[in-house]
Amino acid sequence: MARYLLVRFFGFIFVIVTVSFITFFLMWSTPGGPFDESKMPLEGAAKANILKKYGLDQPFYVQWFKYMVNAVQGDFGTSFQYQTPVKDLFLKFWPNSLLLGVLSLAWSFPVGIIIGVIAALKRNTVIDYFITTFALVTSSLPQFAVIFFALAIFAVWLKVVPYGGWIDRTPDLKVLILPVLIFGMGTVGSLARYTRSGMLDVLGQDYIRTARAKGAKRSVVIFKHAMRNMLVPIVTIFLPTVTNILSGSIYVELGFVIPGVGRFFLLSIFARDYPMIMATVLIAATILSVTYLLTDVAYTLLDPRIRLA
Amino acid sequence: MATQTYADKLATPEHTYKSLTPFQLAFRRFRKHKLAMVGFVIIFIFFFMGIFAPVISPYPYDKTSIKVFYEPGKDPAHILGTDNVGRDYLSRVIWGANTSLIVSMSVQAFCLVVGLALGFMAGWFGGVWDYVLSRIIEVVGAMPGLMFQILIMTLLGNGLWNVIIAIAILSWPGWVRLVRAQVLAYRTRDFMEASRALGASTSFIAWRHMFPNILNPLLIAISFGVPGFIVAEAGLSFLGRGINDPVASWGKMLASAGDYVSSYIYMGIIPTVIIIIVIIGFSFFGDGVRDALDPQSDRATGG
Repeated sequence: MARYLLVRFFGFIFVIVTVSFITFFLMWSTPGGPFDESKMPLEGAAKANILKKYGLDQPFYVQWFKYMVNAVQGDFGTSFQYQTPVKDLFLKFWPNSLLLGVLSLAWSFPVGIIIGVIAALKRNTVIDYFITTFALVTSSLPQFAVIFFALAIFAVWLKVVPYGGWIDRTPDLKVLILPVLIFGMGTVGSLARYTRSGMLDVLGQDYIRTARAKGAKRSVVIFKHAMRNMLVPIVTIFLPTVTNILSGSIYVELGFVIPGVGRFFLLSIFARDYPMIMATVLIAATILSVTYLLTDVAYTLLDPRIRLA
Repeated sequence: MATQTYADKLATPEHTYKSLTPFQLAFRRFRKHKLAMVGFVIIFIFFFMGIFAPVISPYPYDKTSIKVFYEPGKDPAHILGTDNVGRDYLSRVIWGANTSLIVSMSVQAFCLVVGLALGFMAGWFGGVWDYVLSRIIEVVGAMPGLMFQILIMTLLGNGLWNVIIAIAILSWPGWVRLVRAQVLAYRTRDFMEASRALGASTSFIAWRHMFPNILNPLLIAISFGVPGFIVAEAGLSFLGRGINDPVASWGKMLASAGDYVSSYIYMGIIPTVIIIIVIIGFSFFGDGVRDALDPQSDRATGG
């Protein structure tokens, strides 16, 4: 296990370094820079000065190396657009993304598992058919289309939620409910489908019949014997979902004007705010890689038959 | 008339059984799946609109007129109305299907070629190939998809081929992994060994023995992959990092409707409804394909 984790750790370092280098290269090769003002172009010397101040006059690999050395020490640079440390901006925006994500997870996971189990237990009935179709549709609908419909109905037509999101107000039920519902909707659908097929797999196993035959109650068999073996498919989908939630949803945050990480990533790209872009990508890539590792380790803990290779 | 034996009875036309190939059986299962047939009809219309856009679209996608913001039904010449610069909305919808079709099919074709070639190499030859590919896939897999697509689009600029590149670059690893897993599962099977022992070349084995076994999971993956690419294109165009003006795209139509939500809501409703119908059609179709090709999947066996 220790050896395995060590190998995976080096793999993780390699992945993060490569991803950061590619990100930096993409940003650096993009035409237009952060201080290319079209309205008030800076004088030659002034521009050279400001480029020097942010180290933008150096070759890109030097810039990348310096950025990474600082980032490892917890310094993600200073945002060009806000003139504040990126770390402070993250501390300001991330809680909003997290609030949205945690609330979505809090309703979508129980609901997804419960309706998946119900569908499996009532298989090939109207209830099963309804749930599987619902799950299929919700897990495939594009988020931005659903957001548009939600806004058109509830903000424009019924006027029950504000159109402007929570930029200028503390988040309350009115501004939270739609984003939380829509963000969690895709999870409900895919989780229900995973749970249903996993449950059907488990219920067909011999040990379930044995448990029933020795006289265990149906509910005990389902919750004690079957559900434990359902954890593998649930983990398969739980960790990617967590990643989604941690890195914020660009569409939901944009549509509902939520000051979160996803929305500010998009605005940073428009403004060529290199430190902001790098920080967001680095953090998202780190979360993704750690998630893969955790998923693999979780499999072995849940199912001793799975070995780490 | 002589007494009819049981054997004679079996020989009558209503008792002769035709043996069906697995594909015919799968097709029969698919036909029985009602939602899948609905999905098939939707996809058929989508393909028809996309392929014959130049013929069936009433106006060119970029033809403007002074009739701006005509709501659907206001002018019989524009059934779905016109947009903010007076372009016929029906034509934009039809040409949007064309854009979606080109993007999704190109990305799918790229992913298939790369997935089959690299996946086979990694699974069959293993060793250094497998190691290097696995590391590359790990790196691409750690890139947050939408963020990188936006970054790449910002670098390349808006345009049809750039959208295809941006989506394809981040989508291929899944297909390599799928093919590699199938190759690994089949390469040590007895019929493979037998074929190799009889002197079959690698390319013969790949085509004659490996490919048919990869085909089913690949077809299932395609039926869920194409709608994903359609959504990816519409999403990027919606964010303003996709198809260039004045080419039509459903995502772009929705984005430009954003400014007129309170006064001209039809501009947003039409593209949204179209995207939703097409995507639901694809998922019903994909569900049917999976049930038909994978008889072990739960609904087909009823268990």
